[in-house]
Amino acid sequence: MIKFNKVTRDFARRGRALDEVSFELRKAEFAFLTGHSGSGKSTTLRLLHLADRPTSGEVRVCGFSSDLTSDREVWKLRRRVGMVFQDFRLLPGRTARENVEFALEVTGASRSEILPRANRLLAQVGLSAKGGARAEELSGGERQRVAIARALVNEPQVLLADEPTGNLDERASRGIMELFRELNASGMAVLMATHDLELIRAFPSIRTLELSEGRLVFDSSLSPAATTGGS
Amino acid sequence: MHAIREALAAVRRAPLLTGLSAGMVALALYVVGLFGLATYNLHQALTRVEERVEVVAYVRDDARDEEISMAEQDLLAMEEVEQIRFISKEEALLAAREDLPEFEDLFTGMDVNPLPASLEIVLRPGFRTPDVVARVANRLSVYPFVEDVRYGQEWVDRLYLLQRIGAMATMFLGGAFALVAGLIIGTAIRIAIFARREEIYIMRLVGATNGFIRRPFLLEGGLTGLLGGILAAAFTFGSYLVVSRAVFQLDWMPLDWILMGIVAGALFGVIASAFAVRKYLREV
Repeated sequence: MIKFNKVTRDFARRGRALDEVSFELRKAEFAFLTGHSGSGKSTTLRLLHLADRPTSGEVRVCGFSSDLTSDREVWKLRRRVGMVFQDFRLLPGRTARENVEFALEVTGASRSEILPRANRLLAQVGLSAKGGARAEELSGGERQRVAIARALVNEPQVLLADEPTGNLDERASRGIMELFRELNASGMAVLMATHDLELIRAFPSIRTLELSEGRLVFDSSLSPAATTGGS
Repeated sequence: MHAIREALAAVRRAPLLTGLSAGMVALALYVVGLFGLATYNLHQALTRVEERVEVVAYVRDDARDEEISMAEQDLLAMEEVEQIRFISKEEALLAAREDLPEFEDLFTGMDVNPLPASLEIVLRPGFRTPDVVARVANRLSVYPFVEDVRYGQEWVDRLYLLQRIGAMATMFLGGAFALVAGLIIGTAIRIAIFARREEIYIMRLVGATNGFIRRPFLLEGGLTGLLGGILAAAFTFGSYLVVSRAVFQLDWMPLDWILMGIVAGALFGVIASAFAVRKYLREV
């Protein structure tokens, strides 16, 4: 589903953000991607979304290769990969339903199916009753649920989440984690970047990948000897 | 359909922003419109002066009608010549009396009409240049019945120079105004699109194609430019009315100039949008 093969990403000013990182994520697998700020988590997610390209190495996601997929074709990948962020990135002034409808409309859903599908997606994330509320009127947890509903409009095979609980309290974070687990149980691969170690410890069965200064230093799916000094 | 719906929805969602953008476009094009109005009136004034460019050949008193008539036919065959008027001695005197009433006593006391008959040669538009006028004057001077040829060489030279200065000023100033207007329109549209960059981001994120994302913005940019162009035409017309009523009568510009300005506004809007959207499409 996801394959990072000796991926290096250098930036002109920041220097090396990722250094020969390799890992795989299989179908319906759930993994945390952790590390301190600046360790390369967000760069990894941007590369997986082909919002950025590796300096060397190859990223493969849902059959799309960073070497072979042109900028014009990136939209095809984006319809297979959902993405959510710490700051939700909802359109202000629009309701929860309109935010989901917007995503459906711009990906070519027909007029007749937009409303029922938006309602179905909101129900899936537990927000049936909040469809008519404006984004600004929702709590942090509810906003993140809307963002997740929006990320699901194309029924993606992979869900990427960049610190999705970073702005949420513990209860809301738990709720979002439960939602991710449900989605994962339905067959969706989930890669969630977080530096919340307590959250990671609360879900010991979930695979953990740890980055430090751009290098993959720990992978809980491998024997401790296979990685170099994980946490 | 999505593009039209989204473009109209964007105007509805942020009418103030759209209004401000259209207002900036309108002001930028208004300056161009005023320049166009001034240029057009200058051009019209110069054309009216140019129409008075003619070559006058004074005819000897002993000239025979046949030789004058043959010369007329010969001259009319020239492509530069539009019309020839023969002014008899009597007509010349009558005109002089009308033009110079202060010398009426002098004209009344004369036994003999001292004014010569003449041929007034009117040149076609496009041939009223110093070299053509001189060529026609030279041609006239070889006829034996012609006593003298006048065409106000200095005046024609100055008029020609003025026309050339006018044309150059129009080209450079007009180009500069259009460039400044283009930059202002570009900035106005960029501001409007900057306010909606999050939408572009989300569209890219969920897998909308670039063409799908671009279309409503191009349409919106075109509509803003079109609205700005129409407003600019209205402002320019208002200025024309004020000046015509309060200062001096102006000529209003031809319809194709106005349409060209409005279309240019819409085109500027589309191009500015394309550049602005491209910037945000690259970011995600």
